[in-house]
Amino acid sequence: MSIAIDKGRCSGCGRCRNVCPGNLLTADAQGKTEIRKPQDCWGCTSCLKECHFKAIRYFLGADIGGSGSFLYTRQEGNLLHWIIVAANGTEHIITIDKNQANAY
Amino acid sequence: MKLAAQKLETDILIIGGGTAGCFAALTIAEQANAKVLIVEKANIKRSGCLAAGVNALNAYIVPGQTPESYLEYVKNDAEGLVREDLVYSLALRLNQVTAKVEQLGLVIQKDEAGQYVARGNRNIKINGENIKPILADAVSRHDTITVLNRVNMIDYMVKDGQVIGAYGFSLDSEIFYVISAKAVICATGGAAGLYRPNNPGFSRHKMWYSPFNTGAGYAMGIRAGAEMTTFEMRFIALRCKDTIAPTGTIAQGVGAQQINSLGREYEKQYGNPKTSNRLYSTVRENQLGRGPCYLNTAGITPQQEDELFKAYLNMAPAQTLRWFEDGKGPASMPVEIEGTEPYIVGGHTASGYWIDRSRATTLPGLYAAGDVAGGSPQKYVTGCFAEGEIAALSALTYIAAVANQWPDDEAVTCKLAAINAHLEGSVGVYTIENIEEAMQKVMDVYAGGITSGYAYNSSGLKVAQGRIEQLLALARGLRAQNLSELMSLYEVLDRLGVCQVLLEHLAARRETRWHSFQENADYPDKDDHKWLKYVNSRLVDGRVQVILRDLVGRDEHYEHRD
Repeated sequence: MSIAIDKGRCSGCGRCRNVCPGNLLTADAQGKTEIRKPQDCWGCTSCLKECHFKAIRYFLGADIGGSGSFLYTRQEGNLLHWIIVAANGTEHIITIDKNQANAY
Repeated sequence: MKLAAQKLETDILIIGGGTAGCFAALTIAEQANAKVLIVEKANIKRSGCLAAGVNALNAYIVPGQTPESYLEYVKNDAEGLVREDLVYSLALRLNQVTAKVEQLGLVIQKDEAGQYVARGNRNIKINGENIKPILADAVSRHDTITVLNRVNMIDYMVKDGQVIGAYGFSLDSEIFYVISAKAVICATGGAAGLYRPNNPGFSRHKMWYSPFNTGAGYAMGIRAGAEMTTFEMRFIALRCKDTIAPTGTIAQGVGAQQINSLGREYEKQYGNPKTSNRLYSTVRENQLGRGPCYLNTAGITPQQEDELFKAYLNMAPAQTLRWFEDGKGPASMPVEIEGTEPYIVGGHTASGYWIDRSRATTLPGLYAAGDVAGGSPQKYVTGCFAEGEIAALSALTYIAAVANQWPDDEAVTCKLAAINAHLEGSVGVYTIENIEEAMQKVMDVYAGGITSGYAYNSSGLKVAQGRIEQLLALARGLRAQNLSELMSLYEVLDRLGVCQVLLEHLAARRETRWHSFQENADYPDKDDHKWLKYVNSRLVDGRVQVILRDLVGRDEHYEHRD
């Protein structure tokens, strides 16, 4: 379980690098984010929530059931959209209102 | 690369900007003009256990319950071995700290009468995805609080037995920090990564407790000679298979029972439904050939399933993604469960610094709060807030009568040289990762990890003790090529130091008090007559010395004496 960075989309703003609780994100020679050790990611999604460019994709390693899907997030005011993209390209969006408590 | 010293001075230094640390800082800022410095290894916006969020507040006195009934629950769950004085002092504050964090912006569900909506006997419903950004925002509104992000603290500064500050280094530039403080509050969290994890390969960090909580606070205290308590009460979480996501949300949320592969509910056959028994019963069912085990989610509605997807996204997103990868959610498939590797974490069990009611450790000038502080299990988030508050108020009282002090130049030079030695010369054949992997393997096989079904015996512990000593010697000679590696190097040194103490504690308790958490195969039964006491320890001249102490009652005023 880890993240993959789409350098074509990364703007190099550095917001993600600032928040990683494991200090795993660094800048490459072009100033774009890369992950130092993909296997050291905890999967907390802090970096995804900072990214405004859909450049960070969260995925499950094959050793914990990953089979090609990935996840990214989009903020819209108080709404946090979680976009799950399946291996075949179909998208499923789950929207959470930050002002609503969890049901469970 | 060589680090150069830079001095900083503050009134109160808080090491670790997580749940307890941020709350302690806020408490101080609201009460006084004292200068506070939070030093954080990552960034307080998303550091610590709550980086991904938290989906409920699990320690709250709901209508019909009392602080006394909370204490009884905690004491019963821990087989009688808690510091009643500490647990009770937290229970008395749970509701006031909850009200405060709601004022800061945490969304808590309320009913039409304006009462918080309960989830069970001690829990309330929230949206806690952004609990850390809320705390970080609150901290940033106070001029008296300075935050130093991306600085890794490595040792306390001690003068004449008193803690006068701490040493650390920057992860961004070649700075060795020498920080003088009138009082220090340690709030670094507990220790993960001591044992081989559930997913030892690519997903090695997909663990429940934060893999970035490396036991630094414990290790710094151990090296400085602070007394520690109850490390042998390890915490092993019952979690969703593979993703290691919490199970309580499903068990409590939709009332799912634990079932074995035959579809039978098994938990009640193993005695009262305590935290350790929920895990132990699952371990036994697997050992007896009746695994895999599951949470039985049959019969939940599509709407309940949707709510579970959301609840997990707010704290452990991997589980929701896993359901989508499987093409089936919990409404059409039970959720497989397993036990994690053992952690040392004082927010869930009683492991940590031995403290008095004011949260003072045995080292004058040093206070502890949250997962790093011992004696009071089941703190959860609100208990850590409460403990941060108590430690903050105590530190404020303490600093009224002390002045800033600095270590001798020679001590600083010596410490700096020791760090720089790790940055000089060529890298040897053993890497930091190799040492970490070896440590996790030794602990797994010989000290009651997943491989051995969490049980251990004295013969195995002796093997482990020898190997951990060897690894410590190797780790002291490791080299780092950059500041990130230097952090990893100190993390493995810290973990090994925690393992050393843990092994002594496991050996010392000659009974089995908490199945799986502390399963001594040489002494498989609980022995209240001999062992209803705390196993404590102190590092003296490089050796861990065990100290047994009598129970402390709810209304006792325990003071550090010897």
